[in-house]
Amino acid sequence: MKPAPFIYNRPDTVKAAVALLAKHKSVAKILAGGQSLVPMMNFRMAQPEHIIDINRIKGLDYHKVTKGELVIGALTRHATLRASDVVAKACPLMAEAYQHVAHGPIRNRGTLCGNLCHADPASEMPAVALVVDAEFVMQSAKGERRVAAKDFFKGTYETAAKDNEFLTEVRIPVAPKGQGWSFQEVSVRKGDFAIVGVAVTVTVAGGKIKTAAIAVCGVGGCATRLSSVEAGLVGAAANDASCDKAATAAAAAVKPQSDVNADPAYRRDLVRTLAGRALKEAIQRAGA
Amino acid sequence: MNNVDINLKVNGKARSGTVSARLLLSDFIRQNLTLPGTHVGCEHGVCGACTILVDGAPVRSCLMFAAQADGCEITTVESLGKASALHPIQEAFWEEHGLQCGFCTPGMLMLAQDLLSRNPNPTEDDVKEVVSDNLCRCTGYQNIVNSIMKAAAKMRAASSSKSKGVKA
Repeated sequence: MKPAPFIYNRPDTVKAAVALLAKHKSVAKILAGGQSLVPMMNFRMAQPEHIIDINRIKGLDYHKVTKGELVIGALTRHATLRASDVVAKACPLMAEAYQHVAHGPIRNRGTLCGNLCHADPASEMPAVALVVDAEFVMQSAKGERRVAAKDFFKGTYETAAKDNEFLTEVRIPVAPKGQGWSFQEVSVRKGDFAIVGVAVTVTVAGGKIKTAAIAVCGVGGCATRLSSVEAGLVGAAANDASCDKAATAAAAAVKPQSDVNADPAYRRDLVRTLAGRALKEAIQRAGA
Repeated sequence: MNNVDINLKVNGKARSGTVSARLLLSDFIRQNLTLPGTHVGCEHGVCGACTILVDGAPVRSCLMFAAQADGCEITTVESLGKASALHPIQEAFWEEHGLQCGFCTPGMLMLAQDLLSRNPNPTEDDVKEVVSDNLCRCTGYQNIVNSIMKAAAKMRAASSSKSKGVKA
């Protein structure tokens, strides 16, 4: 038995869960899939005094399209989303990125919302959330607020979620018709943490790039959207030369770190290569 | 709650207990239920030696608290076969040398069990995808893949002879 002792709470409703958060604040942690939290507890990197297990709360395991948005609840597991036709249609970028996420038994327990709250810098889904302009529904005893993905990720394992808040739902605008997408990644083994991952969406009109969104993961403290690269792409010709130029700009824009898997120069090279591939593939997939 | 009362089904049998909240499911299975077939390797979800089925799907038992298994149906490697009457998957691992030290074997067997229940006729790539979920520290992957392919063939043969009314 490795985790430090804690008090186990198993609320039946969101209301009860946020009441517990309001009471215990920073010494409480929400337990959803537990695929990041429990390893941290086993290592005693995390020693919450209160665990709030949300797995018995009914009505949080869903994903559906309503009013032009793909909405995903706090208990929807990776395995469900990865296999979902609804996701493949409404957010093909997420479906593609899921090909790189973890291994079967981890995906059977892990949840999208838990993954986003954990905010691992190498994780794919924060980059996807940034590119698709996801919105995070945060509930607390005081009510509800919505946080845009661009304001949510603050750094390594750091988010805008307050101690008393619970991410109950992620809302993603359904991909517009004709939008192209691509997710490219290099990792040591399939399913491992990304050394570099690149997420891209584009729309094309009249041979020119109309909109572009690009984000990287595995590079720097947290998933990052590269707005300067996007600005350079909008209005440019939808061809390989524009992609190569943007890929070089992306490599210059990132601040890569060094770790056991890769030094900064290699990460920068990967950003250039993967961004180029992702942009070209996304343009190819985009309807004119 | 520091202590939690749990009731669950393990390999078809009703089991219950009062567990400390921080007790991992893997430790509950091994120590409280004395089912040591489930192995504990890394205890942070990387190696997969502790893989079991929870409500029919493979999960890492070191990443669940026993308290969370309340009401669940759990399947461990002990559900497969006995030394005197091996399960076809175990038989195939034996015949194809699918184990060297044997530490990863319980997890590999549970992955194989899940795969073959979903897909009785997997391709070698399907098998490799699943085997990549777990680590084999002897790096005996090729023989594990061969074993699962052979197990699939054995189980298909058994089920087709059964459906033809021939004694397997």
